Amino acid sequence: MTLQNTTQAKANVGQMEARSVSALNQPRIAIKGLDFFYGSNRALKGITLNLPEKQVTGMIGPSGCGKSTLLRVLNRMYDLYPGQRAEGEVMMDGENVIAPGVDLNQLRSRIGMVFQKPTPFPMSIYENIAFGVKLHEKLSKSQMDERVEWSLSRAALWGEVKDRLNSSAMGLSGGQQQRLCIARTIATRPEVILLDEPTSALDPISTLKIEELIDELKHEFTIAIVTHNMQQAARCADQVAFFYIGELIEVGTATQMFTAPREKRTQEYITGRFG
Amino acid sequence: MSAFLAAGRMPGGARDSRVAGQLSRRRGRYNLIAKILCILATLVGLIFLAAILGTLFWLGFGGLHLSVFSQVTKPPGSGGGLLNAIIGSLIQTVIGTAIGTPIGLMVGTYLAEYAHGSMLGNAVRFVSDVLLSAPSILIGLFVYQIFVAPFGGFSGWAGCIALAVIVIPIVVRTTEDMLQLIPTALREAAVALGAPKWKSIVFICYRAALNGIATGVLLAIARVAGETAPLLFTSLGNLNWSVDMSQPMSSLPVTIYQYAGSPFDDWVQLAWVGALLITFGVLALNILARLVLRTRN
Repeated sequence: MTLQNTTQAKANVGQMEARSVSALNQPRIAIKGLDFFYGSNRALKGITLNLPEKQVTGMIGPSGCGKSTLLRVLNRMYDLYPGQRAEGEVMMDGENVIAPGVDLNQLRSRIGMVFQKPTPFPMSIYENIAFGVKLHEKLSKSQMDERVEWSLSRAALWGEVKDRLNSSAMGLSGGQQQRLCIARTIATRPEVILLDEPTSALDPISTLKIEELIDELKHEFTIAIVTHNMQQAARCADQVAFFYIGELIEVGTATQMFTAPREKRTQEYITGRFG
Repeated sequence: MSAFLAAGRMPGGARDSRVAGQLSRRRGRYNLIAKILCILATLVGLIFLAAILGTLFWLGFGGLHLSVFSQVTKPPGSGGGLLNAIIGSLIQTVIGTAIGTPIGLMVGTYLAEYAHGSMLGNAVRFVSDVLLSAPSILIGLFVYQIFVAPFGGFSGWAGCIALAVIVIPIVVRTTEDMLQLIPTALREAAVALGAPKWKSIVFICYRAALNGIATGVLLAIARVAGETAPLLFTSLGNLNWSVDMSQPMSSLPVTIYQYAGSPFDDWVQLAWVGALLITFGVLALNILARLVLRTRN
């Protein structure tokens, strides 16, 4: 969140709603009436939510409320598992990404995802980045070198690994591995990045680095982050969405959600009274 | 809860140190008895193993000369070596493994990545497990029926096919087991980058499972290198020098089988040497397999 936004929002607590809407950009992804089913179990119920362009949407709520499920709908990860299906609209560039016939590999190159636990591939740091890039582009060696440096720099990892690009990624620390996963994701130059509790397996210092990184990345990418950490949501997000048992209870700017939530359940969850 | 604390004692009465001491001594005795039984059982196993290896080394090293590696098998009383048997074994083991490994790898991949509890998958897994423990003489007879009898006789190719049939289920099992050990998160990470399924299998999963799969292949080689029964009905054995795959081909296990049962002392001696060579070969492969597995991570 930029300083300007914060001061503006704080100055207008009384007219929070009107202001908060104007503080959010145009939607990059527009979700409308989305239902999701694990077999016959309805895990998401009529979700309608916009992800504003080049801003961070924080998704909060108790475990099992459907936050991660929603992320996995956006890049069609659920397609890997028979018996899971989504209904409704997830519009991106005038196309419904959950409709049949969408090119999934291409969709996933436009909507990247970083997982809760770091998942480095069992290969060198360089190859970890190059693997994703090679799936979608044909680059010369020097172009690839550039891309690797660019993405590692963006992920605030270049300085730490530039002398050992060819050593195994498994030898990095947990925090470094997670930043490598972020670098790997942005190397394919997606438009949207989904972060599924990216810091829950990390120490506080690594967490801080990732949060600073998110602040940097939102200048170029539209970001959705699932988190259980209220402070993290408050620090990182422009827009916060609160989920409860498969429903979207409330959505608003971070300031509005944390200072003047409209719903009683939101307030109770944020203040730690349940969840 | 507060009532317990106030009374200062646990439910069930205070701990009786006398009873606790008796219990502890009794458990100590049981522990000792179990330990002695385990050690005895281990010793029984080790004694037989040591006796076998001791006899093998004693009799095998006695006949180990350079001529074993430089000369082919000869009629009794005229010396000779095992060159044709060693080369025959190498050829058949290498080709058998080369045929069996890719098939086993693909079947194992199908079971781990594509079958997902389907009827076909379960049937294939069951058949493969049965094949894993099938008596090897049956595999020899099977290849004899489908390959030797219809195509005009014993040959090196038939021996290779019989060995390949033994290799397949071993590689299937290790491949499936190793691929299933790979966390789902790693597969999802590859897919999330936009990788098609086959690329995530070939470039990510195989690489993550490489050591385990390689170990399985090495163990399969060690297994077929010592197989006699499947070769008796397929490559038959050949007392002359021959690397013609369409002709009967010599091999160490079959030569040992023929020589060890013969009435000639020099043949029996060569059989011991052959047994020693196979034992060392298999031992080396097993050690190699362990080393490969240890370098995992």
